[in-house]
Amino acid sequence: MNPRLEIERLTLGYGDRDVVHGLDLVIPPGEVTAIVGPNACGKSTLLRSMTRLLPPRTGRVLLDGKAVHSMPAKQLARRLGLLPQSPIAPEGITVGDLVGRGRHPHQRTLARWSLADDRAVTSALKATDTLELVDRAVDELSGGQRQRVWIAMALAQQSEILLLDEPTTFLDVSHQVEVLDLLTELNRSKGTTIVMVLHDLNLAARYADHLIALREGRLYASGRPSEILEPGLVEHVFGMPSRVIPDPVSGKPLMIPIGRFHVTEG
Amino acid sequence: MTPTGPVTSAATDAPDAPAAPLRRSRRARGAWLVALIGVLAVACATSIVLGSRDVGWSDIWAGLSGQSEGFAQAAVAKRVPRTALAALAGAALAVSGLVLQGITRNPLADPGILGLNTGASLAVVTGIAWFGLSSATSYIWVAILGGALTAAFVWGVGSLGRGGATPLKLTLAGAASAAALSSFVVAVVLPRPDISENAVSWQIGGVGGASDDKLWQVVPFLAVGGLVCAWSARGLNMLGLGDELASGLGERVVRTRLLAAAGAVTLACATTAITGPIAFMGLVVPHFCRLLVGVDHRWLVPFSAVGGAILLIVADVVGRVVAPPSEVDVGIITALIGAPIFIAVARRRRVREL
Repeated sequence: MNPRLEIERLTLGYGDRDVVHGLDLVIPPGEVTAIVGPNACGKSTLLRSMTRLLPPRTGRVLLDGKAVHSMPAKQLARRLGLLPQSPIAPEGITVGDLVGRGRHPHQRTLARWSLADDRAVTSALKATDTLELVDRAVDELSGGQRQRVWIAMALAQQSEILLLDEPTTFLDVSHQVEVLDLLTELNRSKGTTIVMVLHDLNLAARYADHLIALREGRLYASGRPSEILEPGLVEHVFGMPSRVIPDPVSGKPLMIPIGRFHVTEG
Repeated sequence: MTPTGPVTSAATDAPDAPAAPLRRSRRARGAWLVALIGVLAVACATSIVLGSRDVGWSDIWAGLSGQSEGFAQAAVAKRVPRTALAALAGAALAVSGLVLQGITRNPLADPGILGLNTGASLAVVTGIAWFGLSSATSYIWVAILGGALTAAFVWGVGSLGRGGATPLKLTLAGAASAAALSSFVVAVVLPRPDISENAVSWQIGGVGGASDDKLWQVVPFLAVGGLVCAWSARGLNMLGLGDELASGLGERVVRTRLLAAAGAVTLACATTAITGPIAFMGLVVPHFCRLLVGVDHRWLVPFSAVGGAILLIVADVVGRVVAPPSEVDVGIITALIGAPIFIAVARRRRVREL
């Protein structure tokens, strides 16, 4: 049974400024959803609110019909995980220790580390190919390795839904693809619902089953990338002319930006 | 959804054999803890045997069994509660520092540096001078109140401006408050010759005034504070990942912070009410413990407690033997050890990322 994550007339803001205005969304269960939009369109704010970090001004975030903001914290965390954009690790923490902390929502305060915890951590390390790093300090790792370790921590949480805020930022292109492949594999093998904010529209179009385009805190469009990604969307959401062609590798839409220079055809 | 890609380890449902290193590291930490407890036992023994007065083995035995005939036996009888107080105070201050570092994510946090101990001292001397407090228990309650107010004030001042409570701002706010509070202590005490005899002990901490009676009054407070801190250990591990991630992992960050802070303030202030302000313990001990066992607070709490007890007993013994027949207060010795370590920690580049 897949979890249903819905957003109902959600308004979010900081101070006296609203960032998200009356948003209605349904996250398709068991699929990979990518949220795209220009900087400061409310993407990260939306993710923060889904894990209760930010209380809604109005509206609700619903998990299987229940408002997440009134659910017990650990119970929610067993079902819904969040990997922030630039998570911080205590200096000197080892990979094994960090990934083990992902088990927090499954542990009671005084309970001992269980065999289930051990298995979840080991399986998360294996899935992200970080098992051999288990004794290394996180700060010694390369950017790509570190991101895999963070994802391993999120996997150890074993939530049905995983939210990721720009999981590919700061990574070079091969590591970006590696991370997105890893998430796709997780989605296909375990049925985990993935929701990620992505900067790169083309990677989003390739890896997402479902695309959500936000503009100034409002929903502009949502649907299959092949159905909604067209020059009009890019023009309205990002304010830039473009062409959209079929990606020769995946068959998904591929957006070619048109700037002021280096354009040979009208 | 059917898998279309190659099936890899993430897809296999066979139970994964637990990774060996996870177990190995736990065993190593346990061994270290046992070794430290051994060192603590040796330190306690040394503290009873050594002092500004030499005592023989027969006197030690007599003193331990409750006799106090002659100076030597009396000295031993006095060293027992003194050693116990040094152990408890060291443990309490070290754990308090550890917890304060955890909740502020600030490697420079320490009940002395953040001004808690001085705030507690000021509250106690004010209580003595103006409200006629005289029992150790009343000192402790007043000290906790003073420490909590100071903590709230320092946190408030340190959080002003951009970026919230950064380590630097928090440390500066704490150091400035500690200096100001320290001069208030002098201002309260100076015009009162009846209490100024003890004035020094409210500016520089020491364990020389220990008695069984004081010990029994402070123990319940330390027990409660210690339990609260131990209970918060897992929550502190979560806070170390940042509020965003901690919250995503199901931790209630505000509640955890307040509870842990209450435990840390209780430990530091109850100790200060009996010993006077002893600085740097909470800074030095947790940093050494991190080198030994890493950053897991469930291990750091017991390690810091044992390590703090050892350090304060050793500092006290050193203070007793360096300049016989007089003694150097333990607060001076810890400052001598702590100041260079404070500078070393502050000079490290990644101070922000505890």
